[in-house]
Amino acid sequence: MRREPFFWISISCGLVIMAFILLPLIEMMTAPSLSMLKETIKDKDVVRSIWLSIYTAGLAALISFVLGTPLAYLLARSSFRGKRLVESIIDLPIAIPHPVVGIAILSVAGKNHWIGQILSELGIRIMGSVTGIITVLTFVGIPFYLNATKAGFEGISPRLEKVSRSLGASMSSTFFRITFPLAWRSMLIGLIMCSARAISEFGAVVIVTYHPMIAPVMIYERFEAYGLKYSQPVAVWLVSISLLLFLILRILTSGNRKET
Amino acid sequence: MIKIQDLNINLKEFKLRDINLSVEENEFFILMGPTGAGKTVLLEAIAGLIPLMSGKILIGEREITGLPPEKRGISIVYQDYALFPHLTVLENIKYGLYFHRIDKTQAEKRLDRLLEVLNLFGLKQRFPVNLSGGEKQRVALARALMIEPRVLLLDEPLSALDPNFREEVRGALKRLHQSSNTTFLMVTHDFVEVLSLAGRAAVMNKGRIEQTGQVKEIFEKPASPFVADFVGMKNLFKASFNETYAVVSGLKIEIGRIVDPSSQYLAVRSEDIVISRNKFSSSMRNNYSGMITQIDNQGFYYEIDVQIKDVSFKGLITKGALIELGLEEGIPVYISFKASAVHVF
Repeated sequence: MRREPFFWISISCGLVIMAFILLPLIEMMTAPSLSMLKETIKDKDVVRSIWLSIYTAGLAALISFVLGTPLAYLLARSSFRGKRLVESIIDLPIAIPHPVVGIAILSVAGKNHWIGQILSELGIRIMGSVTGIITVLTFVGIPFYLNATKAGFEGISPRLEKVSRSLGASMSSTFFRITFPLAWRSMLIGLIMCSARAISEFGAVVIVTYHPMIAPVMIYERFEAYGLKYSQPVAVWLVSISLLLFLILRILTSGNRKET
Repeated sequence: MIKIQDLNINLKEFKLRDINLSVEENEFFILMGPTGAGKTVLLEAIAGLIPLMSGKILIGEREITGLPPEKRGISIVYQDYALFPHLTVLENIKYGLYFHRIDKTQAEKRLDRLLEVLNLFGLKQRFPVNLSGGEKQRVALARALMIEPRVLLLDEPLSALDPNFREEVRGALKRLHQSSNTTFLMVTHDFVEVLSLAGRAAVMNKGRIEQTGQVKEIFEKPASPFVADFVGMKNLFKASFNETYAVVSGLKIEIGRIVDPSSQYLAVRSEDIVISRNKFSSSMRNNYSGMITQIDNQGFYYEIDVQIKDVSFKGLITKGALIELGLEEGIPVYISFKASAVHVF
């Protein structure tokens, strides 16, 4: 069969995009020598910053999971006045420039704001602390968790829940026996997207917390101070470890039961 | 058994108004009505899945209006089966047992009986995705009946099925109803299902119940023009009434009884109209001569339009009769019908 020009145009565009994404990444990943990579990972500061990046992102995902799941369910199941508004507010962090996020959070957490005053009385510090990093990462990551999970809940027919109720299951039994088993894949994807977004955050974190350093801040610092060559190995380690973690998570949770 | 008193519901898309209905214990009751009449809403309200604006629902002597759905002992079966996709057939059927205290041996007995009546033995370990439509609906029925509900609500359970599966599941429904104490309340708009399953029925339209009664009564004596039209009364005319006769566009029709003077319509089922080439001598009080204007092949039957003055009647006859009588468009014929075949509302 003769292919139409449209087919070839689509293929060409696809190849250009693939190359555009992959070439710089491959170039960066292969630039540092093995010995340099080895040396870098022996550096305690590097290990500490990568670990900090991963666990703050993980905590941001956990907070999103705990706080976001009920809201995602509510948005998927009910319609109410102002629902559109709530959905737009949830998407706001995606659209705001990253440094602005940092500034916005600081302006609430600072000593001149009542929230900042309460926090400081409780002994909670946002500026320059791990708490600050987690706050920022949750702020930028939670929309991704909410949207993926909401879509997952929407994909489950409300009739399944209605039938479950009529068969004697309470609302919470229904959630744990029917809704959750059918939605957890979407929730997991939401968690992965949320933490991926969190691990990649730089602009907002650098404003709120420079020290202790998360990996992107360290990469930036090394680039500024010593140049491309010194920043690349840290970047390679961060990217490899994150990808590996996500991959393991997907493999561990890929089900072997047949489902629709 | 089920008593619904002055029920009103106000959802965005649907409103139910002044619903009063009572269904007897172990009855097979059918709700009919066009799409959008509010039948599903009424079922879900009975199951407790939709909030009421006002009114009461009683099961037996007990008011259940404020009870959550899981406390009502009412099962529901939907047109799209709503099987839990992550559970096997057996797990689906036994789902309700977790929440009901039922003796184990008794539960096993019930399970075996349902598997047998619904012919599901070979499918126990399958997942819903691997079932045909008929199989899915049989599983949904077994699941709903496994908890021995006091009431089983069926929302067009057969309408998504192929005709041959439909007959099979319909048969199963009938057997299940006869062998249990459960009250069946089913929504459908298929008259075959109504006639073969139901004892009594109600017709709904625009959120109201138009008529409740024995199925025969609804089909033979529709209480409103809407019901007449809905159950397929073809000869429906606006009429004026005078003692024991009516006048439709100048045509006098004998009714043989004194009717409610506020009546406005009369109707005659097309199968009650006798068509003949010669004047028919019988006890039938209404005899007219007219002309065939149209013959419409409807498969098993032919629908014959006969024009009498300004009124057009529709009669139904078989192909055999059509040939025997030599009916054609444009020829003169006689039509007759009994005064008792005239319905007034």
